[in-house]
Formats: sequence, C-alpha cells, structure tokens
Amino acid sequence: MTTITASDSWFKRTTRSIHIPPVFIFLVVTFLVSGLLDQFYSDGQIFSNPAIMMNIIVRSVALGIVAVGQTLVILGASIDLSVAFTISITAVMSSYIMKGETANVPVALLAVFAIGAIIGLTNGLVITKLKVSPFIATLGVSLIVKGIINATFSNYTGSVPKSFEYFGYGTIGSIPVSIIIMLLVFLAGWFLLARTKFGAHLYGVGGNSEVARLSGVRTDRVLIGAHIICSMTAVLAGIFLVSQMRSGAPWVGPNGLYDLNSIATVVIGGTALSGGKGGVWGTLAGVLIFGILDTTFNQLGVNPYLKMVLRGAIIVLAVASYTIRSKKEAA
Amino acid sequence: MIESDQINTTENTLYTEPLMEVRNISKRFPGVVALDDVSLQFLPGEVHAIVGENGAGKSTLMKIVAGAYTPDAGEIFLSGKKVSFAHPVEAQEKGISIIYQEFNLLPERTVAHNIFLGRESSKLGTLDVRKMNKEAVEVLKDLGVEKMISPTSLVSSLSVAEQQLLEIAKAISFKAKVLIMDEPTAALTYTEVDLLVNLIERLKQKGMAIIFISHRLKEVFDIAEKISVLKDGKLIKTVIKKDVTPSDVVFLMVGRTLDHYFPPLGMPEDFGDVALSVKNASNQILKDINFELRKGEVLGVAGLQGSGRTELAQSLFGVMPFKSGKMELHGKAIAVKTPSRAIKNRMGFVTEDRKSEGLTPRQPIRDNILLTVRSVRALLGLIFKDGVRSSRKLVPMLGQQVDIRTDSYDRETQFLSGGNQQKVVLAKWLASSADVFIFDEPTRGIDVESKAGIHDMIRGLTKKGTAVLMISSELPEIIGMSDRVLVMADHRIAGELPARSSEQEIMLVATGHSNDKNAEQNASAGEE
Repeated sequence: MTTITASDSWFKRTTRSIHIPPVFIFLVVTFLVSGLLDQFYSDGQIFSNPAIMMNIIVRSVALGIVAVGQTLVILGASIDLSVAFTISITAVMSSYIMKGETANVPVALLAVFAIGAIIGLTNGLVITKLKVSPFIATLGVSLIVKGIINATFSNYTGSVPKSFEYFGYGTIGSIPVSIIIMLLVFLAGWFLLARTKFGAHLYGVGGNSEVARLSGVRTDRVLIGAHIICSMTAVLAGIFLVSQMRSGAPWVGPNGLYDLNSIATVVIGGTALSGGKGGVWGTLAGVLIFGILDTTFNQLGVNPYLKMVLRGAIIVLAVASYTIRSKKEAA
Repeated sequence: MIESDQINTTENTLYTEPLMEVRNISKRFPGVVALDDVSLQFLPGEVHAIVGENGAGKSTLMKIVAGAYTPDAGEIFLSGKKVSFAHPVEAQEKGISIIYQEFNLLPERTVAHNIFLGRESSKLGTLDVRKMNKEAVEVLKDLGVEKMISPTSLVSSLSVAEQQLLEIAKAISFKAKVLIMDEPTAALTYTEVDLLVNLIERLKQKGMAIIFISHRLKEVFDIAEKISVLKDGKLIKTVIKKDVTPSDVVFLMVGRTLDHYFPPLGMPEDFGDVALSVKNASNQILKDINFELRKGEVLGVAGLQGSGRTELAQSLFGVMPFKSGKMELHGKAIAVKTPSRAIKNRMGFVTEDRKSEGLTPRQPIRDNILLTVRSVRALLGLIFKDGVRSSRKLVPMLGQQVDIRTDSYDRETQFLSGGNQQKVVLAKWLASSADVFIFDEPTRGIDVESKAGIHDMIRGLTKKGTAVLMISSELPEIIGMSDRVLVMADHRIAGELPARSSEQEIMLVATGHSNDKNAEQNASAGEE
C-alpha cells in the first residue's frame, strides 16, 4: 500500500508541476509498450526503423485533421456526427469534378469547400436556432448527406490528376507534405483557440453558455462558426484521402469511422465532452495513440476483430483513468 | 415617494442626488405578485441592504435592476435619467453590475479570461493575452487583492472566497457605479467575510452605490448604512441602521401572525423512546452534531440558507455520510453509508428539491410510489406492475391516504400540480414503512390547501409513533409544527429552543446574535 501511495503522489507532483496532461504520459507509455511488444514478438521495426514512425503519422493524417474540427465543436459543448459523410461527399465530388484534369482542380476545391460550409452552417443553425440537440441534429444532417451520395454515386467516381497526388504522396525534404499540412491544421486550431476572441468565446459557450451570454458573447454565432470550421476540416480530410486513393468512393468516410474515431481521440486527448475544457494538443496525442495502436496490431498480426476489442478497451480505460484522477484531485 | 424624501433629509452625506432610483416597480409571475409598487433610492458611497424572508421579492427586484427581468410597471432612473434594459449587458454598459448568488465563472479558464469574457483585448484580430493579464492585475489592484489572485491561474484552483473576490473584480471592471451583491457571504467563512467587509468599505469610498442582499443580519448591521425590508413583494420600511436594532429589523421582516392553521402539537405522553441519536458527528461540511429524536415527536430544524440544514438531512440519510461520531437508531449503533442502507433501516427522506431528487417526473405515479418498495424487496429481482402480491393494494391505499388528486395512477407524475407531486413523494416513503422520517422543506412552493394536508399528515405519522425530523426555512412552519426546535448556524447546531418559540428568538440564534449580550437585551426590548 505504501509504495502505491508514494508513487501516486510522485506522479501527481510531477505532472502538476510541469503541467503535462495525462494523455501525453499515456502516449509515451503506449509507444514504449508497443515498441517492446514489437521487439519481442515481431521484427522490432517500431524502435529501429524511423520510416515506420513516419508511417504511423501519415496514417493518422485524415483522422488528425478532422479531430481538430471535432475538438472545436466538442469544446463548445456540441458534437458533429456528420464528418464521416462530409468526407465522403468531398471525396466523390472532388474526383468527379476534377476528372483527372489539373485545370479543374480550383473549381473542384471551391465546390467541396462550399458544400462543407453549407453542411456546417446547417448543423449550426439547426442546433442554435431550432434548438435540436447536437447529437440528433448532426446525425440527421449526416443521414441526409448519406442519402444524397448513395443516390448519386455507388463506387469509385472520376479521378484526381497526377499533380494533385502531391498532397497524399509528396515530400518536402524527407517529410511528407501530408504531415506538414496536418501539423499546420493543428497549429491553426491552437491559434484559433488560444489566441483569438473566437476561441475565448468558444470556451465560454462550452463552459457555461449562460455565463457567456450574460457577458455579452453572441453564443449562437460562436457555435455556428465552430460547426462551419469543423465541416471544413472534414472537407480537408476528404481531399487528402482522395489524393491518396486517386479516385473518390462514397464509403471512404464511414469505413474509416471518422465520426466516432474523431470523437474518441478528442476525448482521449482530455477534452471534456461537456465542453469548455481541453485543447488540440491533447487531441494530437490521442490521434497518435490511435496510429501507434493500429501499427502495432498490424506488426503483431492481431486478428482484426480482436483489434477492435482491444482498441475499445484501451479507450474506455484511458478515459476512466482521467475521471478517477480528477475526482481524486477534487476530493 | 414621501418616505424617500424623509430619507434624504435624515441622511448627512455630501451627495443628495441618488445614483439610482426605482419608482413604483411591480412584477407579477403566474399566480404570484412578486413585487408590488416598490420605490427605493440608492445614494453614492452608501451600502443599502435589502432584507426579507425567502420569497419576499429581493432577488426579483435585483434582477429587474440588472436587466435580467423587465418590470410590468414602474421606472428606473440612473443619475436622474430614465433607463430601461432589454438585456443584462445593457445594464452592465450603463454601470450596473450584479453578482448573482450562484457563481458565474468558467472554472477551466484563467482569471484574466474570466474577467474579460466577451470583451477581450485584441491586436490585429489576435488576442492580446499579455495586455489582458496586465489589465486584470489593475482590476485586482483596485480591490487590493492582486497579491492573492494571479491573472493566469485557473479559476478552479481558487478557493471559494477567492472566487467571490474575482466575481467582484469582474463586476467592477465594467466601470460599475452600482454594484448589487446577492447573498455574497452565503458560501464564505467568517474570516473571509471580514475580507469582504473591508473590500466593500473600499468600494464605498470610491463613491459606488452598493446594494447588499443577505440573510445574515449580523453582516447587514456590520456593513450597511440603510436597510430596506421587503415582505411579500411590498416595501415595508426603509430604516437607517443607527436608529434600529437587529430585533427591530427581524420584527419588520416577520411581524405577522401565523396565517395558516396547524394541527395541535404533540402531548408529553405521545413522546416515546429515543428513535435516533447522533453524537459528536462530523463530516466535510457539518461540525460536531449532537441531538436526539424521540418517537412521536416533530423535531424542527431551522437555520439560514447555507447554515447546513439540508446537509444535515443528507448526512443522516447517507447521501453525504458522517465521517466521525456515533449514530444510533432505536438504541443500536448503525453506520449509514448509503441511502439504500438508510432505507433498509427504515428511514425515510422527503427531499427539498422534489424535481431532481424526490421524483422521476416522466414515470407514472404508480412507479414513483413503488420505488422504495422495489428497492428493498422485489421478488427474485423481478418487477411487477403493482409490486409483489403483498403490496398489490398498496398504491391505491397510499394514494387515498395522502389524497393524491388524479384520475389514474398510471398518469405521468410531471403532469400533477406541485402539491400533488409532493404527496406522491410522501406516499413513496409511506410505502417503505419507515419509522424515522426526515422532511426537508416539505411544503416549499405548494399551495396553502396542500400545505395544510401535508402538515396534518406529518402529525398523523407521529401519532402512530413515527419520529419526524422536519427541516424548513419557513419559520411559521417550524413554529407551528415543532415540538422542539434545533437552530443551525455555520454548519453547527447553534442552539435548541422549546416549542412555540418566537420567530425573533429563532432568528437571533440563527443570525449569530444569541451569543451577543447586547443583542439579547435588544431582543427583549423589541418584544416589549
């Protein structure tokens, strides 16, 4: 018993004195455990091969970009279940409009960002003006988008020009372009939250909407803005995916489980589902944890269904450990 | 108006012009007149306390002044100019700031972010955090608390007192001329209150008009120059502090005869053995609780808001268990660590807030009544529509006993009136056949007729030998019902009074004046 309490207080003291959110410790532990397992039961590439590390991050790019948007809406005490089909509609529409021609790229991008803006605006308006709970509002919008895509496209449609694949496969020096873009999105998310009025107001709306309103914050606008930005990140993720796949398919969003996975990474990252607390760097750690787990399971050849079970268990345990910890701190 | 003219002539201040004035304000809510033709003047550099019982209309008046409600009739003048507010932000911009009873801070944000929420400084569209922190220090310096509170610390890391100071800092950072404090001391300890008193002195010297709402008369007398008493939405009188004593004010607050019939008190032969005894019990909130509750007795628990009344009930019932001390039920030592333990020991708890704790409003009446029965004895874990065989007739029987007015027990409970809902809660606990009952505000917010019914029922329970602990903020109810009265103050039992003690006697103990010899003399003087 004494050793447990001693280590506990040491752990608490260290984390509190240097302000490391628990998710980063969790990230390091995941990496070390995964590496060791890989060392003993597989070829040990996780520790020895930097390329595999890079691969872990590249696999996480689409999820990472959406998760930034999801972080914003969840901080505002909302949620967005429509990101998966927003990704799908982006993927099919952009490759459909591009038809393999570089000249069509600007039109295609303009079109998909416009679609994203409309989806985000609809989500925001339904939530703030019609007072529908965010869960139902975005689920409804998601079903509408799904219906539209499925009625129009059934499989791979159109293609992207060779030049456009730069997003998915290009490198600057030895670093993939996609990683740089993802980091830029995270940086933008951090800037928005920490360094703009919009961010300060979003924390207010999520923390206590009434307090924010009485302080003169236009709460509806802030939340609509967050939803538009969230849909835009989904569009960006869709563009990245289509540039990797070379052609858009309607199932790319739902198959990647981008809706639930983005929510899970945000929560693992320490952002409160009730809003008002958290940030994008925790989400980045959550995304990397997912990437490391995926890669490790692949390295070890874990059965795909068992993979899901393990991933589910890890999510639940991680989040439970935070709440237990924060309860202890409160007591 | 005539009254306020008199005030002006008696007041010896440099300023004769009121900073803010309300004239003939009235406000009704469905079924009640919350404010009836109230006129008041607030002078700069003066602390004006507003006192009154619960429901007297204090908070409604303040919400009107702060722009959260619009009055049905009447006018507000600010420095002689007529104003009206559509939104609290408009009142804030004109220099009226209010600190509400419940905290209005974002716990996960920094002090600076909280102070400047909604009006952050920015440079080229980006937040100027450095400037905000600097200005926050200035605001905190105004209060002289810049050493206690850092602009960059998270609000959740501050103590309750520091959060209260931050609320004040935020309020005056709007360049407030009028500062309204609604029960600012409810959550503070006495040493923290001293800090607040010094602060208010400082704000007074800056020429602000301060409106101070409090139940604690001792503080009202420490802080205020002028005291206005509201009762049932009407202004009873505005008095100058130095001309009156606490008991005068208490008399103005409660001065009326009991307006409602209560059943006769218990006779000495009704009282049996000790059913529940608590010795030296304490937990994180309550300190050193000692009392005995006898069979057949109604033991009233009075005390001001925040004195620990509700917490006492919750501790006894295992919601917030005692951590030390002894508790005996019918002579046997027990430890009630959870509500289900309490129910198994045949204790019943009728909660203060029936919407959140006492009822599941969307469930039928039947299921609500059977809730306690099912939690202690369900047949093999199965639930039957009417409970198990032995309790099949229970619902209609109890429904009749407490007189629930409904066409069907399958109706959702939320559609009943407040009084009828309270009867469902009672029926639920009767079903558990408890023999020690705790009532927390048994008649809050229900109509007079149901009130009388519930009072008769409580007395009916004690006639059968049940022991009843009744917590109430309504003094007439305490006096009308209790065979003995415990008065709580500052999370302790401050004193015990016999049946039919007067409201003044109870209030003096509850406001901490009973230890004060002067106050006692004043009290007897007031009664003469």
